[in-house]
Amino acid sequence: MLKQTADYITFDLLGLTPGTRLGEALDFFIYDTTKIFLLLTTIIFVVAIIRTSFPPEKTKRLLSHKREYVGNVLAALLGIVTPFCSCSAVPLFIGFVESGVPLGVTFSFLISSPMVNEVALIMLWGLFGWKIALIYIGSGLLVAIIAGIIIGKLKMEKYVQDYVWKMQVGNTEIVKQTFRQKLEYAREYTYELLKKIWPYVIVGVGLGAFIHGFVPQDFLARWAGRDNPFAVPIAVALGVPLYSNAAGVIPIVHALMEKGMAIGTVLAFMMAVTALSLPEAIILKNVLKNRLLAVFFGIVAIAITLVGYLFNAIL
Amino acid sequence: MKIEVLGTGCAKCKTLYENVKKAVEESGKTAEIIKVEEIQKIMGYGVMSTPALVVDGVVKFSGKCASVAEIKEVL
Repeated sequence: MLKQTADYITFDLLGLTPGTRLGEALDFFIYDTTKIFLLLTTIIFVVAIIRTSFPPEKTKRLLSHKREYVGNVLAALLGIVTPFCSCSAVPLFIGFVESGVPLGVTFSFLISSPMVNEVALIMLWGLFGWKIALIYIGSGLLVAIIAGIIIGKLKMEKYVQDYVWKMQVGNTEIVKQTFRQKLEYAREYTYELLKKIWPYVIVGVGLGAFIHGFVPQDFLARWAGRDNPFAVPIAVALGVPLYSNAAGVIPIVHALMEKGMAIGTVLAFMMAVTALSLPEAIILKNVLKNRLLAVFFGIVAIAITLVGYLFNAIL
Repeated sequence: MKIEVLGTGCAKCKTLYENVKKAVEESGKTAEIIKVEEIQKIMGYGVMSTPALVVDGVVKFSGKCASVAEIKEVL
């Protein structure tokens, strides 16, 4: 039905001819943005209600003094449902390590939280189908778990800024919310999040539509296809410094894949963009010494590259 | 009454500060409003997601930018 509406607006109302580049690009743009915003609004609202049951204070308590492995798996999973904004990364990090959450487990959470979330899930599901969405979630969790375990094994506690260990952390009572308050919170959260990500979606879908309409088919197959062994590391190296949320990057990678970029390369690029970024490094610099920061970025980048190769080989 | 707005200086924290000022004004109460940006003090309240609102030493909201109406309820 959305497709018909998009066709109607583009070809009947605006009088563009089907099959022309401009017509196809605009049709694609209208169809994709409406579909994505409908999906986003519904699912963010539902997830926000679930999230009210997992405030970071509770997640911290669930993870404190957990052993490695079990702790890493749990932390990566909780990363999906615990609300997290990069501006809270510092208090969150201190709160975790101070209450006895092992360092490696803390990192599993920090990696999974921005990378694996409802926005990524919806956008992937809407544009690529549920299989790719599940593969992304699964491999994102795997990267978070494995990178966290390795960082834990490296015993890098002394590369956390010294003041972090001396900090006195108070205890807050978590205020219980009524269901009405939860609904109210969810409404506000949905509104705030949509307000934040809509420009990314528009720009992302716009660029995607441009690539869709104007870049020749199989244009990327030669360089970014599965036969080029350097495609994955290059995609990761390009993605790491970039900052965008899943909402902006997925429409672009969708169009890139259509033009012949291999699926593993696409997933690796997306993970690199969402999991690691320059602004995040600057924020984390407040709690991590350079060495640990470099190890963190290095290990996650390598893990993402391996995931890229894996999916290029098996899909 | 002592009201503290905890936050490391993101956009949401500034909005919360403005909302608090408005709420205090509308309620007609007298209160001292303080912006707390030092991470030590924020952690001292056990707050892990900013912005947070503390009234007379008790955390009322954390991780959300409370509206003027919501703030008036806890004053």
